[in-house]
Amino acid sequence: MRRLAKSGYVFWIALFAITWALSTFSFALYKALDARWIIRFPKQWQLELDGKISTFLDWLVESAGFYFFSFRDLTRAIAAVIEAPYQFFRNLLIEGFSSGIGETATQILPSLSWIAVIVCVTAIGRYARNWKLAGLVGACFLYLAVFGQWESAMITLASILIAVPIGVVGGGFLGIAAYRFEWVNRALRPILDLMQTVPVFAYLVPILILFGFGPVAALVATVIYAMPPMVRITIISLQSVPDELLEAGRMAGCTQRQIMWKVLVPSATPTLMVGVNQVIMLSLNMVIIASMIGAGGLGFDVLASLRRLDIGGGIEAGLAIVVMAIALDRASQAFAERKYQAALTGNFFQRHPLAVSALLVVLGTSALGVVIPAIQTYPDSWSVTTGPFWTDAMKWVNINFFDAFEAIKVVILQWLLLPVKGFFSGIPWAWGIIAMGLIGWRVGGWTLGLMAVLMMAFIAASGLWAKAMVTIYLCGVSVFIATVIGIPLGIWAAEKPRAGKIILGFMDTLQTLPSFVYLIPVIMLFRVGDFSAMIAVVLYALAPAVRYAAHGLREVPEQIIEAGLMAGCTPRQILRRIKLPLATPHLLLGLNQTTMLALSMLVITALVGTRDLGQEVYIALTKANAGAGIVAGLSVAFIAIIADRVVNALAEKQRKRLGL
Amino acid sequence: MKKTTLLECRDVWKLYGPAADGYLSQNPSPDSNDLKKAGLIGAVRAANVEIRQGEIFVIMGLSGSGKSTLVRCLSRLVESTAGEIFFEGKNLLDMSAEELIEIRRTKMGMVFQQFALLPHLTVLENTAFPLDVQGVDRTTREARAREVIELVGLKGRENYYPRELSGGQQQRVGIARSLVVEPDLWFLDEPFSALDPLIRREMQDEFMRLQNMLHKTIVFITHDFDEAIRLADRIAVMKDGAIQQIATPEELVLNPATEYVAEFTRHVSRSKVITAGSVATPLSGDSFAGSVQHNDLIDSIADQVESSETPFQVMQDGEVIGQITRQTVVDVLVGRR
Repeated sequence: MRRLAKSGYVFWIALFAITWALSTFSFALYKALDARWIIRFPKQWQLELDGKISTFLDWLVESAGFYFFSFRDLTRAIAAVIEAPYQFFRNLLIEGFSSGIGETATQILPSLSWIAVIVCVTAIGRYARNWKLAGLVGACFLYLAVFGQWESAMITLASILIAVPIGVVGGGFLGIAAYRFEWVNRALRPILDLMQTVPVFAYLVPILILFGFGPVAALVATVIYAMPPMVRITIISLQSVPDELLEAGRMAGCTQRQIMWKVLVPSATPTLMVGVNQVIMLSLNMVIIASMIGAGGLGFDVLASLRRLDIGGGIEAGLAIVVMAIALDRASQAFAERKYQAALTGNFFQRHPLAVSALLVVLGTSALGVVIPAIQTYPDSWSVTTGPFWTDAMKWVNINFFDAFEAIKVVILQWLLLPVKGFFSGIPWAWGIIAMGLIGWRVGGWTLGLMAVLMMAFIAASGLWAKAMVTIYLCGVSVFIATVIGIPLGIWAAEKPRAGKIILGFMDTLQTLPSFVYLIPVIMLFRVGDFSAMIAVVLYALAPAVRYAAHGLREVPEQIIEAGLMAGCTPRQILRRIKLPLATPHLLLGLNQTTMLALSMLVITALVGTRDLGQEVYIALTKANAGAGIVAGLSVAFIAIIADRVVNALAEKQRKRLGL
Repeated sequence: MKKTTLLECRDVWKLYGPAADGYLSQNPSPDSNDLKKAGLIGAVRAANVEIRQGEIFVIMGLSGSGKSTLVRCLSRLVESTAGEIFFEGKNLLDMSAEELIEIRRTKMGMVFQQFALLPHLTVLENTAFPLDVQGVDRTTREARAREVIELVGLKGRENYYPRELSGGQQQRVGIARSLVVEPDLWFLDEPFSALDPLIRREMQDEFMRLQNMLHKTIVFITHDFDEAIRLADRIAVMKDGAIQQIATPEELVLNPATEYVAEFTRHVSRSKVITAGSVATPLSGDSFAGSVQHNDLIDSIADQVESSETPFQVMQDGEVIGQITRQTVVDVLVGRR
């Protein structure tokens, strides 16, 4: 008992016991005391923030003005700035350039032919690395043409071609500003935290109100979503340029500006390219979600198919997204790893063989395309549709395995999901707030405790307590399962290099997939409900658990393992007594990432019919109720922030204890 | 002959810690205990250095002794907490940012421990970089860069990227870059410390070869006492931010000012430091086997003198100032003197 007390378990056991007791008997207590406030937050204390926010937004759009222009002029100006290049890319990739409008429109220039686009991306692949990558990228785009997804894919590509430069340049400049001026850095940090934790649906609503339904609103949402990592990576990459390089620049007599553009930014470029890769992948992810507010393209196809329960169509469009994600990811990663190479010599054509040949193909196919339509547009008659095949396959699976799937579903629901749900839903709100505060205080001191109390109180006061508990329960169970599956996989990957290559490669691919894609198979096999949501969340959040576990085990210093071997440890003992304890900080970081991903995915699973905060946000989106969306979104963000800080504090404690 | 002073620093301090800037105005000369009490770190304490035209001035100290901070104060890469630094008679610390940039562009060059080459530029572009930032046109700056690259022995590798070169070659690029503007004052911050011992030796020879051609004024930082003795005209030994002694290698070995300096000199092979002049004794007879110059190292004349029965004359400016005997040489070689 004394040992227990010393190691601090008593605190956790007591906390759990009290929570469990209160959760079990809260309803009886309310009946006995006739005190409804125990299980329901009193109505008269509620903040009613959602109404105020909605009114504020209405005022902003309707009547706010700065001296010379109204707020609406501002949003219209922004929209126009984004609209013009977007239309250009749409013309370039899909519609072609024409003059005049309506009936009188005549085409001046055709759009890029499908052959031209494929040749261009192949050339980019070759430039970024080698012919192998070029082949992969080319094949991915050819797939889009052959399987009849070309036009939707080009709409998605046009959105990405707009969102990525804005995200990269905007994020880069914010990062540079934060690097140069400490106050910018300090002001940006909480904003970035919020931007990364508020679920995407939540800011779709105000954007919808400010910019109206359509691609521009979708692009604005995409940029907001994809920019924060670029800002962070820019700051980190500039800070990690060696001091000596800076000094070398100063001693060469560089001005401030020359230091930034001739020394810092070029030296940081490889890391900055990692940021570009992140922006591309996040943009792709968001462009798909943003199809709900008018982005169109592949995301819209998936969404429409899901609504029609058109299984084949959904899988087809979903696979097209996967293929495109892989192509964009590999190509942009290759750019990040690209080494500086000696420039070719000779005349212009010899120095730029790729660009010249790509240009020739573009011109050639455009000219030929006028005569032979098949060169301009991939003929429908050549395209292969896999839709019916998928529909049949799914039917077959459902007919033959329905019972098995159903049995698994029922068992897990009965023995895991429902009891946990009951436990969390039963916790009286007042005790929930206190318990969160105690946890925060215990692991991270009183500031963290106070923060947790305030944030949980905000959720309760917004009347969202019950929904929040559903979110916490679903997230908790999913994270638990993802960890239970992920950590052993990570250990396996670290211990057996060959298996590791396959596992980690698979995880890499899983991570490049836009979150939307995960919903497709899940909804087809398990239909709607908490169980489907949980499966999708586990799949989406699995990768970091595996990766951090593998990474943490591999990071254990060779010498310590050798010391263990010389002390006569069996391989099992080495793993259990040396590697795992030393890897705990990494495991905790993995847990942190898993939790963050789980929360972000959980909101999206609102589409498959959960009853949590995500659903609240989604309903607000469909009703265009900005206030409710923002309040529910903030609540999700607060849960994410508390989880993040608590797990980070635990990891930090472990790291200190191990002297790392 | 007295040489003119190019760079001089007077009572330079660099303190790190909270409220370091105000501290010195209230406590003009704190010792290390005072600083500890105030929670400050004295990276450089009351440094007085005078660097003369054309000499190699070595600042020697172990890691954490403040030698790197001192050289950064001298080049104003780090702002000193207090003191004055005169470059060509003008106070460096009073200069505006523009003046400082101008001076660095034309009169100073610096070589760094980890080479500090820009990874995205070729050897040629790296070397031409200081000219590039001044706005010199491409043909001129590349022609000049090619000259310097040839000077440091890298001809034929102009289009290589830094990652394609060995450590020694990278540092040659670093040297070429620092020389491309023909600086008057050349800082070298542990330029050879990151290299393997054999390469280090080779680079030291290369450095001496360059210096014999160029006659720069040099501030050279090292933690290697042997390197300091090999290269220096004068050495400043630093410990805990304070300069212990400034002297020629020979004086350091013969008259170490502190116990700390003596500790370094104890294991130095003295014959490579001590000159004939400083161990010459009054003439005892008039039969001599030959003559040596007063600034010849004992090491270089040992064989000759030791194999002869009779002493050698020691000459300075054409006059005999004493003699050196076989016994004296043996004394130096075994460390009795």
